[in-house]
Amino acid sequence: MAAAARFFIRGANSKLSITAIGTGSQCSFGATLVKLSPSSNSRTKSQRRHAAHFTFQPDPEQTQYGPTQKMNLFQSVTSALDNTLANDPTAVIFGEDVAFGGVFRCTVGLRDKYGKDRVFNTPLCEQGIVGFGIGAAVAGATAIAEIQFADYIYPAFDQIVNEAAKYRYRSGNLFDCGNLTIRAPWGCVGHGSLYHSQSPEAFFAHCPGIKVVIPRSPVQAKGLLLSCIADQNPCIFFEPKILYRAAVEQVPVESYTIPLSQADIVQEGSDVTLVAWGTQIHVMREVANMAQEKLGVSCEVIDLQTILPWDVETVCKSVVKTGRLLISHEAPITGGFAAEISSSVQEECFLNLEAPIKDDQLLNPVSQLLVSLNPRLSTFLLRSSYQWRSARKRHFVDHPIRKQHPDGLHVPSVFCILKTVTSPLH
Amino acid sequence: MLTNISNVLRATAQRNGAVALVSARTYADFTTEASFEIKKCDIHKLEEAPATQVVMTRDEGLQYYRVMQTIRRMELKADQLYKQKIIRGFCHLYDGQEACAVGIEAGINLTDHLITAYRAHGYTYTRGGTVKQIMAELTGRRGGIAKGKGGSMHMYTKNFYGGNGIVGAQVPLGAGVALACKYLENNQVSVSLYGDGAANQGQIFEAYNMAALWKLPAIFICENNRYGMGTSVERSAASTDYYKRGDYISGLRVDGMDVLCVREATKFAADHCRAGKGPILMELQTYRYHGHSMSDPGVSYRTREEIQEVRGKSDPISLLKDRMLSNNMASIEELKEIDVSVRKEIEDAAQFATTDPEPPLEELCNHIFYNDSPMEVRGTNPWTKLKSVS
Repeated sequence: MAAAARFFIRGANSKLSITAIGTGSQCSFGATLVKLSPSSNSRTKSQRRHAAHFTFQPDPEQTQYGPTQKMNLFQSVTSALDNTLANDPTAVIFGEDVAFGGVFRCTVGLRDKYGKDRVFNTPLCEQGIVGFGIGAAVAGATAIAEIQFADYIYPAFDQIVNEAAKYRYRSGNLFDCGNLTIRAPWGCVGHGSLYHSQSPEAFFAHCPGIKVVIPRSPVQAKGLLLSCIADQNPCIFFEPKILYRAAVEQVPVESYTIPLSQADIVQEGSDVTLVAWGTQIHVMREVANMAQEKLGVSCEVIDLQTILPWDVETVCKSVVKTGRLLISHEAPITGGFAAEISSSVQEECFLNLEAPIKDDQLLNPVSQLLVSLNPRLSTFLLRSSYQWRSARKRHFVDHPIRKQHPDGLHVPSVFCILKTVTSPLH
Repeated sequence: MLTNISNVLRATAQRNGAVALVSARTYADFTTEASFEIKKCDIHKLEEAPATQVVMTRDEGLQYYRVMQTIRRMELKADQLYKQKIIRGFCHLYDGQEACAVGIEAGINLTDHLITAYRAHGYTYTRGGTVKQIMAELTGRRGGIAKGKGGSMHMYTKNFYGGNGIVGAQVPLGAGVALACKYLENNQVSVSLYGDGAANQGQIFEAYNMAALWKLPAIFICENNRYGMGTSVERSAASTDYYKRGDYISGLRVDGMDVLCVREATKFAADHCRAGKGPILMELQTYRYHGHSMSDPGVSYRTREEIQEVRGKSDPISLLKDRMLSNNMASIEELKEIDVSVRKEIEDAAQFATTDPEPPLEELCNHIFYNDSPMEVRGTNPWTKLKSVS
């Protein structure tokens, strides 16, 4: 087994040509993924798994917002920022290296178009960047701050949690920094290692007063980012960095918004609800297809989109319908946001549950640590989603979809929960 | 440092015993030591400055040359392996800044303590790591200095606390190490390195304050390579006099391209600390030839001409080489011999780094928590249990 795994790792390395994230023209990991995916169709199944742990699935083109243009996720972010700078004279963008485009090219061309007083570099000081953003926002500017990686946001944790989130409350609504939006590249990328792979949404989800938003695609990214900017609360907007180049869609050129705190039902189904956000939505879509094909199970896939405050209603309504819930995220499972959803849903839908709620994640409880290990090992872990998918299958098998108990009685969910506790599998 | 370098030299001498013997006949003709006039340091809140007239022996010169050349070649090899996709992930190269690592190490003892950021390959070598261990760490192999689990940014060895990935975060740690030195009264000092970009992080100033308040034997060294990632110092710092930014802490501005300047300043700083005068700040003015990291070509925010000019006029290795040759301290052939043996060492290490096995999967979950008996960790699916041993 170990030998086989090593073979996979090696195989992954020899076939992939993803380069590291960073400044300049060599920042092409996403492009490589895009390039790889068409050709990978002709490869065998096991080889295809090495290309990425997911396949990006674009949404059908939407025309209600006017003309569209082909954009990847970083371009759709640029487009949103462009619209904002054009429409809002008080908008300013600042962060490390944003003046010449940022390491992920999200702000390319904006300084030249709107001037260096509106799009400017800061020193390397995250706490200062956020504090400065709060100050600019409270004084009336639309402040859009970039933290270069979500992993670097921790020096600013105090400013976000104690200053930004509580400003309105502690001043009795006299002051607020609702005009502040913090953008940060987020999530795993394959070989980002310890400090370039983290998904810290759960840390912020514990803090009332801020909003946390994660898009799954270019169209969603633009609409949600514009909503965050317009929203009168400080927002953290996490951008799945693996999608920056890998995700391409027809994105409306003009400004439009997608409401916050509203989950999006990506695919309707009747047997089990799958909740995820960001990149993991694409994994879940694949799981849903597999479940349909292999097990005849109909999955409802929900993109939560806003982590805080989250859309309890949509999720619960779905669970009432399906009786089963599976939540999946990239972040560690212990204290992850899935636990919060799980707790709320069991409270609201206790009598509707047919099986214990399943929290899951891409890797494992110490995934953040594991991602830190050997870049090769983390590549392996990301590639191991085939195992992960079979894990999902296992879940379905353990808790077969049965609307009715054989005796014609409703299966009490407490039975399922007890079963979980005593099961050697858990 | 000297022990380390002489160990390296001794090992080479043993390997190339015959060569050493043959050459020994001609060595007698060389000047064994010479005095050099070096650039005066700018000082801040200090009565006197480090000496400007310094002596370097032939042996020292050869050692510095070899170590600098090793670091340079190692970084160039890493560049090559990265481009071949054998090294993956993040990788920050040190070429251009060799005089800093070598000069600092020559000014302190191996028993002193050192901590740096993510541009760590050079220091890992000067602190006692071998090229093999470093290269194998870069490629994530079992023989790596952190067992192949740390990669480029995370390398550690005795009295070398890494290899830290977050900009500026290592500096308060360095102050803590200095506190331990003071508490244990072992007459050791702690050297904390950071870049000009990190110099703007708030925690650096918190560390300054604690170190000065408690008079800790801490040397804070800012390696000013003129660019914090892609932003030049003038565009990111209100004051680019990094040696003065400790305000109440004495400071030195040093030519970081000259190994002798760095050595003298470090000796001076270490004496300052050991005399119980509290912390001291050093700014080493240096330059990195490569971009910030491997994904930064390094030419979008500076010109190729600028890089060429630094390479041509103030390359640390050429400077030392010229000094040795013009003072009859070494022959061109002899330095070439060193180059050849360095190249061989690097090639061997690269060979090792590409053929050594990767860490076994059983290692995957080790060292998460301290635990006496192995702990179980959930695997990539809930039914795979992995053992974690520490």
